[in-house]
Amino acid sequence: MGVNADPLVGGEGFLTTTIEAFANWGRKNSLWPMPFGTACCAIEMMGVFASRYDLSRFGAEVARFSPRQADLMIVSGTITYKMASVCRRIYDQMPEPKWVIAMGSCTCGGGPFDSYAVVQGIDEFLPVDVYVGGCPPRPEALIDAVMKIQKKIEMKGAPVV
Amino acid sequence: MSFDLEQATVLLQNEFPQDILDIKEYRNETTLLIKKDQIHRFCKHLKDNLDFTFLADLTAVDYLEVKLPRYEVVYHIHRFGPDCEENIRIRLKAELTDDNPKIDSVASIWSSADWLEREVYDMFGIEFTGHPDLRRILMPEDYGPFPLRKDFDVRNREASKESFEKALEDGRD
Ligand code: SF4
Repeated sequence: MGVNADPLVGGEGFLTTTIEAFANWGRKNSLWPMPFGTACCAIEMMGVFASRYDLSRFGAEVARFSPRQADLMIVSGTITYKMASVCRRIYDQMPEPKWVIAMGSCTCGGGPFDSYAVVQGIDEFLPVDVYVGGCPPRPEALIDAVMKIQKKIEMKGAPVV
Repeated sequence: MSFDLEQATVLLQNEFPQDILDIKEYRNETTLLIKKDQIHRFCKHLKDNLDFTFLADLTAVDYLEVKLPRYEVVYHIHRFGPDCEENIRIRLKAELTDDNPKIDSVASIWSSADWLEREVYDMFGIEFTGHPDLRRILMPEDYGPFPLRKDFDVRNREASKESFEKALEDGRD
Protein backbone atom coordinates (compact mmCIF):
# COMPACT_ATOMS: atom_id res chain seq x y z
CA MET A 1 0.00 0.00 0.00
CA GLY A 2 1.32 3.42 -0.83
CA VAL A 3 0.02 6.89 -0.13
CA ASN A 4 0.48 9.79 -2.49
CA ALA A 5 -0.31 13.29 -1.38
CA ASP A 6 1.56 15.14 -4.16
CA PRO A 7 -0.83 17.73 -5.61
CA LEU A 8 0.90 17.42 -9.01
CA VAL A 9 -0.02 13.74 -9.38
CA GLY A 10 -3.28 13.17 -7.58
CA GLY A 11 -4.83 16.39 -6.48
CA GLU A 12 -5.88 15.75 -2.91
CA GLY A 13 -3.92 12.54 -2.71
CA PHE A 14 -4.64 8.87 -3.45
CA LEU A 15 -3.84 5.48 -2.16
CA THR A 16 -2.54 2.41 -3.93
CA THR A 17 -3.40 -1.11 -2.81
CA THR A 18 -4.51 -4.46 -4.21
CA ILE A 19 -8.15 -5.23 -4.81
CA GLU A 20 -7.82 -8.21 -2.54
CA ALA A 21 -6.51 -6.23 0.40
CA PHE A 22 -9.15 -3.58 -0.16
CA ALA A 23 -12.00 -6.09 -0.38
CA ASN A 24 -10.82 -7.89 2.72
CA TRP A 25 -10.58 -4.65 4.62
CA GLY A 26 -14.22 -4.11 3.80
CA ARG A 27 -15.26 -7.64 4.64
CA LYS A 28 -13.46 -7.65 7.93
CA ASN A 29 -15.22 -4.51 9.10
CA SER A 30 -18.69 -5.45 7.95
CA LEU A 31 -19.23 -9.08 8.86
CA TRP A 32 -22.88 -10.05 8.61
CA PRO A 33 -23.52 -12.89 11.02
CA MET A 34 -26.06 -15.66 10.53
CA PRO A 35 -27.08 -16.58 14.10
CA PHE A 36 -27.70 -20.31 14.32
CA GLY A 37 -28.82 -20.48 17.93
CA THR A 38 -30.31 -23.74 19.14
CA ALA A 39 -29.88 -23.71 22.91
CA CYS A 40 -28.66 -21.79 25.96
CA CYS A 41 -25.56 -20.36 24.22
CA ALA A 42 -27.86 -18.42 21.93
CA ILE A 43 -28.97 -16.30 24.90
CA GLU A 44 -25.37 -15.29 25.44
CA MET A 45 -25.03 -14.53 21.72
CA MET A 46 -28.06 -12.23 21.93
CA GLY A 47 -26.28 -10.48 24.78
CA VAL A 48 -23.35 -9.87 22.47
CA PHE A 49 -25.58 -8.28 19.84
CA ALA A 50 -27.42 -6.12 22.38
CA SER A 51 -26.35 -2.74 23.69
CA ARG A 52 -24.25 -3.79 26.68
CA TYR A 53 -21.62 -5.68 24.67
CA ASP A 54 -22.63 -4.18 21.33
CA LEU A 55 -21.06 -6.13 18.51
CA SER A 56 -21.76 -3.20 16.20
CA ARG A 57 -18.53 -1.68 17.49
CA PHE A 58 -16.90 -4.33 15.30
CA GLY A 59 -19.19 -3.75 12.35
CA ALA A 60 -20.90 -7.09 12.84
CA GLU A 61 -24.26 -6.19 14.31
CA VAL A 62 -26.48 -6.84 11.30
CA ALA A 63 -27.68 -10.32 12.19
CA ARG A 64 -29.16 -11.79 9.04
CA PHE A 65 -31.79 -14.47 9.30
CA SER A 66 -31.35 -15.23 5.64
CA PRO A 67 -28.21 -17.20 4.80
CA ARG A 68 -28.08 -15.49 1.38
CA GLN A 69 -27.13 -12.22 3.05
CA ALA A 70 -24.70 -13.54 5.64
CA ASP A 71 -21.02 -14.40 5.62
CA LEU A 72 -20.35 -15.43 9.23
CA MET A 73 -22.23 -18.33 10.75
CA ILE A 74 -22.27 -18.36 14.56
CA VAL A 75 -23.37 -21.84 15.60
CA SER A 76 -24.36 -21.48 19.22
CA GLY A 77 -26.12 -24.32 20.97
CA THR A 78 -26.50 -28.04 21.08
CA ILE A 79 -26.64 -29.53 17.58
CA THR A 80 -28.54 -32.78 17.31
CA TYR A 81 -28.22 -35.06 14.32
CA LYS A 82 -31.76 -34.11 13.33
CA MET A 83 -30.74 -30.44 13.29
CA ALA A 84 -27.34 -31.07 11.71
CA SER A 85 -28.67 -31.52 8.18
CA VAL A 86 -30.52 -28.19 8.51
CA CYS A 87 -27.36 -26.51 9.78
CA ARG A 88 -25.32 -27.86 6.88
CA ARG A 89 -28.00 -26.81 4.40
CA ILE A 90 -27.97 -23.24 5.70
CA TYR A 91 -24.19 -23.16 5.53
CA ASP A 92 -24.33 -24.37 1.93
CA GLN A 93 -26.77 -21.57 1.09
CA MET A 94 -24.42 -18.83 2.31
CA PRO A 95 -22.45 -17.13 -0.49
CA GLU A 96 -18.64 -17.35 -0.54
CA PRO A 97 -16.50 -16.22 1.19
CA LYS A 98 -17.86 -17.41 4.52
CA TRP A 99 -16.65 -18.22 8.00
CA VAL A 100 -17.92 -20.31 10.91
CA ILE A 101 -17.64 -19.77 14.66
CA ALA A 102 -18.39 -22.78 16.89
CA MET A 103 -19.65 -21.18 20.08
CA GLY A 104 -19.81 -23.23 23.28
CA SER A 105 -18.75 -26.68 24.40
CA CYS A 106 -21.72 -28.29 22.66
CA THR A 107 -20.68 -27.18 19.21
CA CYS A 108 -17.00 -27.78 19.91
CA GLY A 109 -17.38 -31.35 21.13
CA GLY A 110 -20.86 -32.29 22.27
CA GLY A 111 -20.59 -30.57 25.65
CA PRO A 112 -22.38 -32.35 28.46
CA PHE A 113 -24.48 -34.38 26.05
CA ASP A 114 -22.67 -37.62 25.30
CA SER A 115 -25.88 -39.12 23.93
CA TYR A 116 -27.42 -40.89 20.97
CA ALA A 117 -28.93 -37.71 19.55
CA VAL A 118 -26.18 -35.09 19.83
CA VAL A 119 -23.37 -34.43 17.34
CA GLN A 120 -20.02 -34.59 19.11
CA GLY A 121 -18.64 -31.42 17.56
CA ILE A 122 -19.95 -29.60 14.49
CA ASP A 123 -16.64 -30.07 12.71
CA GLU A 124 -18.07 -33.49 11.84
CA PHE A 125 -19.97 -31.74 9.06
CA LEU A 126 -18.84 -28.08 8.90
CA PRO A 127 -15.46 -26.39 8.39
CA VAL A 128 -14.99 -24.39 11.61
CA ASP A 129 -12.72 -21.32 11.71
CA VAL A 130 -12.79 -20.43 15.41
CA TYR A 131 -13.78 -22.56 18.40
CA VAL A 132 -15.01 -20.85 21.57
CA GLY A 133 -15.01 -23.02 24.67
CA GLY A 134 -17.27 -22.48 27.66
CA CYS A 135 -20.71 -23.47 28.82
CA PRO A 136 -21.76 -20.88 27.85
CA PRO A 137 -18.78 -18.69 26.89
CA ARG A 138 -18.82 -15.14 28.21
CA PRO A 139 -19.79 -12.44 25.70
CA GLU A 140 -16.20 -11.22 25.73
CA ALA A 141 -15.12 -14.63 24.47
CA LEU A 142 -17.45 -14.39 21.49
CA ILE A 143 -16.24 -10.86 20.76
CA ASP A 144 -12.71 -12.24 20.87
CA ALA A 145 -13.75 -14.93 18.38
CA VAL A 146 -15.15 -12.30 16.02
CA MET A 147 -11.88 -10.38 16.32
CA LYS A 148 -9.97 -13.57 15.51
CA ILE A 149 -12.10 -13.99 12.40
CA GLN A 150 -11.32 -10.38 11.47
CA LYS A 151 -7.64 -11.08 11.90
CA LYS A 152 -7.93 -14.22 9.83
CA ILE A 153 -9.61 -12.30 7.01
CA GLU A 154 -6.95 -9.62 7.17
CA MET A 155 -3.91 -11.88 7.39
CA LYS A 156 -4.79 -14.71 5.12
CA GLY A 157 -7.31 -13.01 3.01
CA ALA A 158 -9.99 -14.59 0.97
CA PRO A 159 -10.07 -14.89 -2.80
CA VAL A 160 -11.92 -12.07 -4.55
CA VAL A 161 -14.98 -13.67 -6.09
CA MET B 1 -71.31 -32.18 46.63
CA SER B 2 -67.85 -32.80 47.86
CA PHE B 3 -65.88 -35.34 45.99
CA ASP B 4 -62.58 -36.83 47.06
CA LEU B 5 -60.13 -39.42 45.89
CA GLU B 6 -61.28 -42.07 48.35
CA GLN B 7 -64.81 -41.72 47.16
CA ALA B 8 -63.71 -41.96 43.55
CA THR B 9 -61.75 -45.12 44.27
CA VAL B 10 -64.73 -46.78 45.92
CA LEU B 11 -66.97 -45.83 43.02
CA LEU B 12 -64.46 -47.26 40.57
CA GLN B 13 -64.09 -50.47 42.55
CA ASN B 14 -67.83 -51.01 42.46
CA GLU B 15 -67.97 -50.33 38.76
CA PHE B 16 -64.94 -52.43 37.77
CA PRO B 17 -64.51 -55.19 40.38
CA GLN B 18 -62.59 -57.45 38.02
CA ASP B 19 -60.39 -54.94 36.24
CA ILE B 20 -58.58 -53.17 39.06
CA LEU B 21 -55.72 -55.51 39.88
CA ASP B 22 -54.09 -53.48 42.61
CA ILE B 23 -54.51 -50.22 44.53
CA LYS B 24 -51.58 -48.37 46.06
CA GLU B 25 -51.73 -45.40 48.39
CA TYR B 26 -48.60 -43.43 48.96
CA ARG B 27 -48.36 -39.89 50.30
CA ASN B 28 -51.93 -39.08 49.36
CA GLU B 29 -51.44 -40.38 45.86
CA THR B 30 -53.53 -43.22 44.55
CA THR B 31 -52.30 -45.59 41.88
CA LEU B 32 -54.54 -48.16 40.26
CA LEU B 33 -53.19 -51.07 38.29
CA ILE B 34 -55.62 -51.74 35.47
CA LYS B 35 -56.03 -54.75 33.22
CA LYS B 36 -54.42 -53.80 29.96
CA ASP B 37 -57.34 -54.65 27.66
CA GLN B 38 -59.79 -52.65 29.79
CA ILE B 39 -57.85 -49.39 29.74
CA HIS B 40 -60.00 -47.69 27.11
CA ARG B 41 -63.29 -48.58 28.80
CA PHE B 42 -61.91 -47.55 32.19
CA CYS B 43 -60.64 -44.18 30.96
CA LYS B 44 -63.88 -43.45 29.16
CA HIS B 45 -65.78 -44.07 32.38
CA LEU B 46 -63.41 -41.78 34.28
CA LYS B 47 -64.00 -38.96 31.85
CA ASP B 48 -67.69 -39.35 31.09
CA ASN B 49 -69.03 -40.21 34.54
CA LEU B 50 -66.51 -38.88 37.02
CA ASP B 51 -65.41 -35.69 35.24
CA PHE B 52 -61.70 -36.47 34.93
CA THR B 53 -61.37 -34.12 31.97
CA PHE B 54 -57.63 -33.63 31.85
CA LEU B 55 -54.90 -36.12 30.98
CA ALA B 56 -51.86 -34.47 32.54
CA ASP B 57 -49.25 -36.98 31.44
CA LEU B 58 -48.87 -40.30 29.73
CA THR B 59 -45.57 -42.09 29.86
CA ALA B 60 -43.98 -45.52 30.24
CA VAL B 61 -41.35 -47.32 32.28
CA ASP B 62 -39.05 -50.13 31.17
CA TYR B 63 -38.42 -52.58 34.05
CA LEU B 64 -35.89 -54.72 32.21
CA GLU B 65 -34.19 -57.14 34.65
CA VAL B 66 -36.22 -55.66 37.53
CA LYS B 67 -39.59 -57.26 37.12
CA LEU B 68 -41.93 -58.97 34.72
CA PRO B 69 -43.92 -57.96 32.70
CA ARG B 70 -41.35 -55.62 31.32
CA TYR B 71 -43.25 -52.40 30.54
CA GLU B 72 -45.69 -50.23 32.40
CA VAL B 73 -47.69 -47.47 30.74
CA VAL B 74 -48.55 -44.71 33.22
CA TYR B 75 -51.48 -42.26 33.03
CA HIS B 76 -51.82 -39.18 35.23
CA ILE B 77 -55.40 -37.95 35.14
CA HIS B 78 -56.77 -34.81 36.70
CA ARG B 79 -60.21 -33.68 37.76
CA PHE B 80 -60.91 -29.98 38.19
CA GLY B 81 -63.31 -29.50 41.09
CA PRO B 82 -65.52 -26.47 41.73
CA ASP B 83 -63.01 -25.30 44.32
CA CYS B 84 -59.36 -26.20 44.74
CA GLU B 85 -59.82 -28.82 47.49
CA GLU B 86 -61.75 -30.87 45.02
CA ASN B 87 -59.00 -30.88 42.43
CA ILE B 88 -57.95 -34.50 42.47
CA ARG B 89 -55.43 -36.52 40.59
CA ILE B 90 -55.30 -40.24 39.97
CA ARG B 91 -52.62 -42.43 38.47
CA LEU B 92 -53.33 -45.49 36.34
CA LYS B 93 -50.85 -48.14 35.30
CA ALA B 94 -51.09 -50.99 32.85
CA GLU B 95 -48.52 -53.72 32.39
CA LEU B 96 -47.30 -54.84 28.96
CA THR B 97 -45.17 -57.86 28.14
CA ASP B 98 -42.03 -57.78 26.07
CA ASP B 99 -43.38 -59.98 23.27
CA ASN B 100 -46.56 -57.93 22.79
CA PRO B 101 -46.02 -54.27 23.71
CA LYS B 102 -49.40 -53.02 22.51
CA ILE B 103 -52.22 -51.19 24.24
CA ASP B 104 -55.38 -49.35 23.20
CA SER B 105 -54.97 -45.67 22.49
CA VAL B 106 -56.84 -43.17 24.67
CA ALA B 107 -56.41 -40.36 22.14
CA SER B 108 -60.11 -40.55 21.29
CA ILE B 109 -60.92 -39.72 24.93
CA TRP B 110 -58.35 -37.02 25.68
CA SER B 111 -56.80 -35.45 22.59
CA SER B 112 -53.70 -34.54 24.62
CA ALA B 113 -52.87 -38.25 24.49
CA ASP B 114 -52.10 -37.94 20.77
CA TRP B 115 -48.56 -36.56 21.02
CA LEU B 116 -47.85 -38.22 24.38
CA GLU B 117 -48.55 -41.63 22.89
CA ARG B 118 -46.38 -40.78 19.91
CA GLU B 119 -43.56 -39.93 22.29
CA VAL B 120 -43.95 -43.20 24.19
CA TYR B 121 -43.97 -45.04 20.86
CA ASP B 122 -40.86 -43.14 19.75
CA MET B 123 -38.88 -43.82 22.93
CA PHE B 124 -40.13 -47.28 24.00
CA GLY B 125 -41.62 -48.83 20.87
CA ILE B 126 -44.96 -49.39 22.57
CA GLU B 127 -47.75 -49.44 20.00
CA PHE B 128 -51.08 -47.77 20.64
CA THR B 129 -53.84 -49.44 18.67
CA GLY B 130 -56.44 -47.04 17.37
CA HIS B 131 -54.10 -44.04 17.48
CA PRO B 132 -54.93 -41.56 14.67
CA ASP B 133 -51.34 -40.97 13.52
CA LEU B 134 -48.74 -43.14 15.21
CA ARG B 135 -45.41 -41.82 13.89
CA ARG B 136 -42.15 -40.93 15.61
CA ILE B 137 -42.29 -37.47 17.11
CA LEU B 138 -38.76 -36.61 18.30
CA MET B 139 -36.36 -38.88 16.46
CA PRO B 140 -36.06 -38.86 12.65
CA GLU B 141 -38.79 -40.89 10.99
CA ASP B 142 -36.39 -43.44 9.51
CA TYR B 143 -34.65 -44.01 12.86
CA GLY B 144 -34.54 -47.64 13.95
CA PRO B 145 -33.98 -48.24 17.68
CA PHE B 146 -36.07 -47.10 20.67
CA PRO B 147 -33.67 -45.03 22.77
CA LEU B 148 -35.28 -45.20 26.22
CA ARG B 149 -35.38 -48.99 26.28
CA LYS B 150 -32.94 -50.16 28.91
CA ASP B 151 -31.13 -52.47 26.51
CA PHE B 152 -30.25 -49.56 24.20
CA ASP B 153 -26.79 -48.07 24.62
CA VAL B 154 -27.39 -44.31 25.03
CA ARG B 155 -24.02 -43.54 23.49
CA ASN B 156 -24.78 -45.42 20.30
CA ARG B 157 -24.89 -42.74 17.61
CA GLU B 158 -24.84 -45.03 14.57
CA ALA B 159 -28.55 -44.88 13.79
CA SER B 160 -28.62 -41.10 14.23
CA LYS B 161 -25.69 -40.74 11.86
CA GLU B 162 -27.40 -42.86 9.22
CA SER B 163 -30.57 -40.75 9.38
CA PHE B 164 -28.46 -37.59 9.22
CA GLU B 165 -26.57 -38.72 6.14
CA LYS B 166 -29.79 -39.71 4.45
CA ALA B 167 -31.35 -36.33 5.28
CA LEU B 168 -28.29 -34.61 3.78
CA GLU B 169 -28.59 -36.58 0.57
CA ASP B 170 -32.32 -35.96 0.29
CA GLY B 171 -31.70 -32.25 0.80
CA ARG B 172 -29.08 -32.14 -1.94
CA ASP B 173 -31.04 -33.83 -4.73
S1 SF4 C 1 -22.29 -25.29 25.66
FE1 SF4 C 1 -23.47 -25.20 27.56
S2 SF4 C 1 -24.51 -23.22 27.47
FE2 SF4 C 1 -23.84 -23.71 25.40
S3 SF4 C 1 -25.55 -24.74 24.42
FE3 SF4 C 1 -24.23 -26.32 25.30
S4 SF4 C 1 -25.11 -26.72 27.31
FE4 SF4 C 1 -25.93 -24.74 26.64
